[in-house]
Amino acid sequence: MTDVTALTATQIAGLVATGGASAVEVTQAHLDRIAAVDGRINAFLHVDTEGALAAARDIDARRAAGEELGPLAGVPVAVKDVLTTKGVPTTVGSKILQGWRPPYDSTIVQRLRAAGTVMLGKTNMDEFAMGSSTEYSAYGPSRNPWDTDRIPGGSGGGSAAALAAYEAPLAIGSDTGGSIRQPGAVTGTVGAKPTYGGTSRYGLVAFSSSLDTPGPCARTVLDAALLHAAIGGHDPRDSTSIPAPVPDVVAAAQLGATGDLSGVRLGIVTEFGGEGAEPGVTAAFDEAVDTLTKLGAEIVEISCPHFRYALPAYYLIAPSECSSNLARFDGVRFGLRTGDDGNRSLEEVMSLTREAGFGPEVKRRIILGTYALSSGYYDAYYGQAQKVRTLITRDFTAAFERVDALISPTTPFVAFPLGARTSDPYQMYLADLFTIPSNLYGGPGISVPCGLSDGLPVGLQVMAPTLADDRMYRVAAALESAVGTFTPPAL
Amino acid sequence: MAAISREEVAHLARLSRLAVTQEELDTFAGQLDVILQAVAQVGEVAAADIPPTSHSVPLTNVLREDVVTPGLTPEEALSGAPDAEEQRFRVPRILDEDVAS
Repeated sequence: MTDVTALTATQIAGLVATGGASAVEVTQAHLDRIAAVDGRINAFLHVDTEGALAAARDIDARRAAGEELGPLAGVPVAVKDVLTTKGVPTTVGSKILQGWRPPYDSTIVQRLRAAGTVMLGKTNMDEFAMGSSTEYSAYGPSRNPWDTDRIPGGSGGGSAAALAAYEAPLAIGSDTGGSIRQPGAVTGTVGAKPTYGGTSRYGLVAFSSSLDTPGPCARTVLDAALLHAAIGGHDPRDSTSIPAPVPDVVAAAQLGATGDLSGVRLGIVTEFGGEGAEPGVTAAFDEAVDTLTKLGAEIVEISCPHFRYALPAYYLIAPSECSSNLARFDGVRFGLRTGDDGNRSLEEVMSLTREAGFGPEVKRRIILGTYALSSGYYDAYYGQAQKVRTLITRDFTAAFERVDALISPTTPFVAFPLGARTSDPYQMYLADLFTIPSNLYGGPGISVPCGLSDGLPVGLQVMAPTLADDRMYRVAAALESAVGTFTPPAL
Repeated sequence: MAAISREEVAHLARLSRLAVTQEELDTFAGQLDVILQAVAQVGEVAAADIPPTSHSVPLTNVLREDVVTPGLTPEEALSGAPDAEEQRFRVPRILDEDVAS
C-alpha cells in the first residue's frame, strides 16, 4: 500500500470510499507517523490513540453496512487545543487548564464527528491563542518541519506543523488576528479564516469574542474548502453565528483549480507596501502577482488609508476583550487552584491561582486590557480603537466596490528562529500586520503558499468581502494550480 | 515620558487578580510602556463623528426557542472543579471574618 500520510484528504477519502484502505489503516498510519516524528516537532499536546481508532472502526463498520458517508469520511484531523472535546484534555496551551477534560464537545468537533472524520488529537498553541510562534505555549514550542530551529507560526503552530510534517492531512485552527493564516504561511500549508460568524464559536475557549473565528487548515486549497464546508454554517448555540448558508467553497476551489481567473479583479493594498515585508517575502509575492496576471486576473492598486492603524486598534480591542473573558479562570469551576490552605481568602486564592496558571503574554494582555477599559482611559484607547475599526471596515467596503478581492503577503517575514522575538513583545505582534485588518472587518481571508525565500515558505493572502468566502478559495486554488504545493525536506 | 508607571502596573495587576512578582512588575512595566506608546497611534485618527464598531455581525436580540433541552448533570458540571461539596462548587472563605465555631 502507498504511504497514505503523503496523500491529500481528498485522495484519502477516495481511497477509503473505494475500499483501497480502511479508515483504521489510514488512522494507524498517521498515529505511526506521529509516534515517529512528533518528538522533534511537538505539534500535539495530546494524541487520542484509542479514541481515534474507535472512531475509525466505527466508520469502517458503517461503510460495511452500506451507510452513505460524507466526503471526508475516514480522514484523520488534528484539532487545535482551543476547542472543547468531551472527555479529551483541553488545555488552550495553558497551565491553568492542565488536566481539564471538558464535559461537552464544541460545535466544530461535533460537526467533525458527524462528517465522519477521525480526530487524532489536540494540537499545540500559544497560550489562549495569544502569540505568533507557539513559544508562549506552557508546554514548549512546536517546531517548523522546514527547519526545526524555527517557529511554525502561531498561535495555531501545532496544527500547521502537523500538516507540514505529514502527521495529519487536515487540521482545525482558530484565527483572532492571524492565528490560522500566519502559521499556514510559514509552514507552506493552507489556512483559511472564514467570515466571522460563519463558523461556530460554541466550545471555542474565548480570547477575543468579537474576533475569534475557527477555521480549516490543510495542505491543499480543495482540502481546506472541504473541511470548511463540513464545519461551517449556522449554529443556534452561538448568538453571533450568521443565519445564512456557507457559500459553495468547494465548487469555488474546483473552479479556481482550472487556472482561469479571467474577469477577476484583485487589489493590492498600497499601505502594505514600503515598510512592512522583508525583501524575500516581497519578491515571492511580486512573482505570485505576475502569475495571477498570467492566469487572467486584473491587478489594481487600492488605498486603504486606515489599515496602518489596524495593528494598534487590534492591540487595544483584543486585550480588552481578553481581560474580560479570562476573568472566568478563577480557580472555582475548572482548572487550577493554588494557595488554598484554609487560611487565605477567595480573592487571595484567585490571585495566586491566576499568577501561577497564566504565562507572561497572557498576563501582559490582561493588564493591557484592564488599562484600556479603565475609567479615564476608556475613550482614548478602547473607544477610539472601536471607531478606527469602523473606518477600517469602510476601507474594505470601498475597496470591494472596485475589486473582487484584496491580496497581500500573509505575513511580513518568513519563519524566524526560536527565541528571536520573545524579549520584545511588540516585535512578535508585527507578525500579524497584514492579517489583522480582516479580523477587525469580519471578512474572510486565506493564506496559500506562493513561493520560497531562502528555502522557507512564503504565503499569499486573499481577503474577500464578508460572506464571499468562495471568492478567496477560487483565487487561492488558481494560484496553487500554477505554483504547485510545497514539501519540506524529509524529517 | 513613560506611558505607564510601575505603580500603575501593580495597581492594574491587583484589579486583574494577578499576584505578580516584583521581577514581573519590572519586566512588564517596560514592555507595556513600549506597547502603549505604539497602540496610542489610534489617537492620530480624526474619528470624533465616527460610530464605534463593537462587532462585525449586525445581529441583535438573538434568542433561541423557549424549549427545555438536556443540560449537564451536576456530576458533569462539577467534574472539572478543584473542590466540590454537596453538588456545589466549594470555595475558600469569601467574607473576611472568623468562621463561627
